[in-house]
Amino acid sequence: MEGLYAFCVGLLTACGIFLALRGRSFSVVIGLTLLSYAVNLFLFASGRLKLNAAAVLGESEQYSDPLPQALVLTAIVIGFAMTAFAVILAMRARADLGNDHVDGTLPTLPNDLQQKSGGNQ
Amino acid sequence: MQHLSIFPILIPLLFGAIMLLPPISRDASSQRIASIIGTLFIMLSSAGLLFQVATEGVQIYALGGWQAPFGIALVADKVSSLMVLLTGFLSFAIMLYAVSGQDKGGAYFHPLFMFQIMGINGAFLTGDIFNLFVFFEVLLIASYALLIHAGGKQKTQAALHYVILNLVGSSLFLFGLGILYGTLGTLNMADMAVKVGQLEGETATLAKTGALLLLVVFGLKAAMLPMHFWLPKTYASASAPVAALFAIMTKVGVYSIFRVYTVIFGESAGELANIATPWLWPLALLTIAIGTIGVFASPGIKTLSANLVIISSGSLLACAAINSEEATSAALYYMVHSTLASAGLFLLADLMARQRGKAEDRFVRSRPFVQPRLMGFGFAILALSLVGMPPLSGFVGKVMILQSTQSNAQTMWLWPLILIGSLAALIAFSRAGTTLFWRHNGSVAAEAEPAKPSEVAGIVLLLLASPLLVLFGGDVSEFTQQAAHYLHDINASAYALLPGVAP
Repeated sequence: MEGLYAFCVGLLTACGIFLALRGRSFSVVIGLTLLSYAVNLFLFASGRLKLNAAAVLGESEQYSDPLPQALVLTAIVIGFAMTAFAVILAMRARADLGNDHVDGTLPTLPNDLQQKSGGNQ
Repeated sequence: MQHLSIFPILIPLLFGAIMLLPPISRDASSQRIASIIGTLFIMLSSAGLLFQVATEGVQIYALGGWQAPFGIALVADKVSSLMVLLTGFLSFAIMLYAVSGQDKGGAYFHPLFMFQIMGINGAFLTGDIFNLFVFFEVLLIASYALLIHAGGKQKTQAALHYVILNLVGSSLFLFGLGILYGTLGTLNMADMAVKVGQLEGETATLAKTGALLLLVVFGLKAAMLPMHFWLPKTYASASAPVAALFAIMTKVGVYSIFRVYTVIFGESAGELANIATPWLWPLALLTIAIGTIGVFASPGIKTLSANLVIISSGSLLACAAINSEEATSAALYYMVHSTLASAGLFLLADLMARQRGKAEDRFVRSRPFVQPRLMGFGFAILALSLVGMPPLSGFVGKVMILQSTQSNAQTMWLWPLILIGSLAALIAFSRAGTTLFWRHNGSVAAEAEPAKPSEVAGIVLLLLASPLLVLFGGDVSEFTQQAAHYLHDINASAYALLPGVAP
């Protein structure tokens, strides 16, 4: 179980970082969302993974640490608000700047340059 | 009074919430009055808190009556109460400036301003590291909205970078916290400091990863070298009161570095003792260097002040890297000075930009000022203070930092960088002043209007701080010395905060 869980968190983080490094604001927002999912799962695991263990005393033989669950709840709420803000800001930037690139200007690709300057291609 | 510790958080929360409700929310002038009263209350209560801490010692406030380390505790010690008073004073001065018209650009300026103060004060006062994260988010989400206050292309562009960077930073913060909680089993900073010394082997390596992830996050907030690129654009494009309030945001990052890497991962952390120092020292020096280059390259006075913020961050981080009582004391003094002086410069830059017509704050030939004497006087005082010329507070702060180096190698690296940084600021300010005040053509711009009395009052308040910090320099430096001693004494800053735990 630990291995699968760690793999999932790692995969989510890797996808999140890859998307956050892209140039368009949409994929960056998706990347940040994936990253916050990864963080939530990671925080949840910081109290160790246990099967058949309730977070309330007396409900089961073993009990699990309730604090990470509270932390995850806080992190989910904050992450949700932040994602909502980032989406609105990205839409505002699309309207204000005329494109959806995070720098506000579209980069000139090498192909464009060559075509403009009458290159071979 | 027992509940004084929570007032600097509660007052802005209540005032912010009241200002969102109907009778006040509809009327701009009553919002302004409420803001002035609110910031005045914050300043007075934080002054009261500082006095109480100075006379009665550290104040621990267990929220909900849950004792540390199980509940969240607010810890008002000499360091945090000094920073809270600094925030209170700064916000009052900025609010005086803002109420004369700068707040009209957006609907929710006043409530957001209050929530940001709440976040800053909370981050200074909290004794729980997850609570520190929550207050970071409170101050960040308010700052995201304040940054685009008054709108405009440049602000949106800067805000997009700022928001994305800080969201990634928040994720890293949570990763770091998760690792530290998983290895230490506690989130109370004092308890962490006690337990971190017992880690060894693989667990210690894991905890080290978490601790260094946190350093990345705090470095991002404090504008440490590879993470400083957002700062000049963000600060230069924000509207004046917001930029002035942002002057304390980098200090929140520096404060967290002092708190976490002196108390938790300090001398007595066993295998993890002083883990941040090898990273902090070179990065701090490079931050000063890059700030110096930025100062030379600044095309306008707002960018210039933003780059001066980077230099001051670098100097403070260098003090954190030296990691001694003298250095921490110097850093606390310099933090007060540089926050107030750079906030003053951001406000004055805005006043200048509005009086120069289309040239705004750029260093180009333009129309003369409406009030050249007032501008010149303010500019001269701020420039002298920020460059670090006697008799103003910048000089005292820089001398304290220079004196705190411990070995020849430290002296050889730090002295030239700080002194060259000051020289660069001197050259940049002379060039700026020459262009701004002496190279004119045409007459006074038609749309320019003289500064309003409350705007001048706000700036004068910030300007007065510099000579006052020198006049009462003995008392202030004695206080910062005691605060630094407290921070470096693990018995006082960790064991004493936990009931029933002895070293």
